[in-house]
Amino acid sequence: MILDVRSLDFGFPARTIGRNFSFALRAGEVMCVLGPNGGGKTTLFRTLLGLLSPHRGEILLQGKPVGLLSRGEIARVAGYVPQGHTAYFAFTLREFVLMGRTSRVGAFATPGKADYAVAERALDSLGIGSLSDKPVTEVSGGERQLALVARALAQEPRLLVMDEPTASLDFGNQVRVLERIAALAGTGIAILFSSHDPDHAFLGAQRALLLGEGRTLELGPPREVIRADTLERLYGVRVQVVPVEGGRYACLPALGRAAGLVTQEEEA
Amino acid sequence: MNARALPYVLAVGALLGLTALAFAVGRYPVSVSELLALLAAKVTGGGHALPQNVETVVLQVRGPRVAAALLVGAALAAAGTAYQGMFRNPLVSPDILGVSTGAALGAVLGIFLSLEVLAIQLCAFGGGLAAVALVYGVGSRLRGHDPLLALVLTGIVIGTLLGSGIALLKVLADPYNQLPAITFWLLGSLAAITPRDLASAAPLALAGLVPMLLLRWRMNLLALPDDEARALGVDTAKLRAVVIAAATLMTASTVAISGIIGWVGLLIPHAARLLVGPGFGRLLPLAMLLGAGFLLAVDTLCRTIATIEVPPGVLTALIGTPFFLWLFALTRRSW
Repeated sequence: MILDVRSLDFGFPARTIGRNFSFALRAGEVMCVLGPNGGGKTTLFRTLLGLLSPHRGEILLQGKPVGLLSRGEIARVAGYVPQGHTAYFAFTLREFVLMGRTSRVGAFATPGKADYAVAERALDSLGIGSLSDKPVTEVSGGERQLALVARALAQEPRLLVMDEPTASLDFGNQVRVLERIAALAGTGIAILFSSHDPDHAFLGAQRALLLGEGRTLELGPPREVIRADTLERLYGVRVQVVPVEGGRYACLPALGRAAGLVTQEEEA
Repeated sequence: MNARALPYVLAVGALLGLTALAFAVGRYPVSVSELLALLAAKVTGGGHALPQNVETVVLQVRGPRVAAALLVGAALAAAGTAYQGMFRNPLVSPDILGVSTGAALGAVLGIFLSLEVLAIQLCAFGGGLAAVALVYGVGSRLRGHDPLLALVLTGIVIGTLLGSGIALLKVLADPYNQLPAITFWLLGSLAAITPRDLASAAPLALAGLVPMLLLRWRMNLLALPDDEARALGVDTAKLRAVVIAAATLMTASTVAISGIIGWVGLLIPHAARLLVGPGFGRLLPLAMLLGAGFLLAVDTLCRTIATIEVPPGVLTALIGTPFFLWLFALTRRSW
């Protein structure tokens, strides 16, 4: 097990947000966390990475409690792709991705040739190798998002925790990141990612965790847990989950008349 | 030539030229050939045929002052560079956590109590360290806030408190004797620097520089949001404490001998960043070269443009403002 979460309660120091979470992630496994805005997905991820203390329960990273590991030890196992990045200084994309090597470089050392090579590979693998000399403050939001993924890959992690990695990407880049997630899982990395699009769970994940009302509403294979009733409970809107060619599924929101929207069929 | 090395080569060249100029100009002008002859004599250990006055002026009058300008300028620029990166804010100067205000209060208290010069310097150094220790102690205990914001706000609040202490002492001070001394200290001056001042300040400033040099790469991570830096393997609280201690040591030790000299620590890191980018390893050496050169140029002007000594704090702002605006207009790069 790369990640093992047992009866976890998490939240901010004064406020518990989620209770009784238990799940585990094996090498090469992909799990998608779905949930409404403000539901606690980011807080859960931050807790798993040891950035917030758990209120109850255990988090084991490769069998060791996260709370007992140093920041460097955690970073060598778990890579983090935050939801967005505020760039304060004009580091080039190369310098930015190179920061992913921190836990592999001595405290007083600077990155060596091998570290540069890892950073270049990470940039290339996300198709932004040609931007490596551009300042991170001057690239588009989508390119910056890809740079965040590249930086996490430069950590050479066993586990990737990605907080809405597709959020600011165009349609093509969303698909590219999902493809990248599948490819990385193929190399044995365990991946935990959150998304606002249930279709992403169908596309890339073996399991989906539906996080709502401060607990695990559903946990299992996407086909079993992503249903019209569970999505309605999660998001408060009506959704159809329809099979499409190739044995896959897609989620279609059903727009109500109340919103003033009428389908052509009804009009005719 | 390697384009990456160009800014450093130019900065070193300018610094050498400025140093020669600073030794040459003044009420007793010394020619470049005399300077070179003296330098050759000192390097080889041989004699020279120069008037005794030349040697006295160069070595005893201008020597300590030039060295102090280089030291103080480099130290303030280094501390400012570290702080701007760490606080992720290009408008931060070395005294954001109250080091200068604390040093000023210490010095003003020393002057008010009519202490010896050395004791006043010790009060200033101790005041600077104590102020930052207080700010850090209080700021890092304010949980539940962004740690940087807590530090900055505590720094501002405590800085204001110390400032009112200074104001109170100014009111109480003897207006004929002590008040002018206080005013001059608060404006900064390198006019009365002695070799002993240098000998006490330089090792402390260098001690502050060592951790910055060693951590030059890792310090870049402090420019990221806290969560990201921690997730990448940096114990940010510990690293910040080390950087604050180092920058405080550099600032307090030099401010203690020079008084408050503004602008250098704010302006120079900017200029250096515009030239070589935000990577701390490349930024720090250039900022120190530029800081040393800038303060040397300012101090040389201070003692030559008028019959009275102009306080360097006045000139740094006078030169700094247009220079900064020009530099900013010239480059298109963001911070």
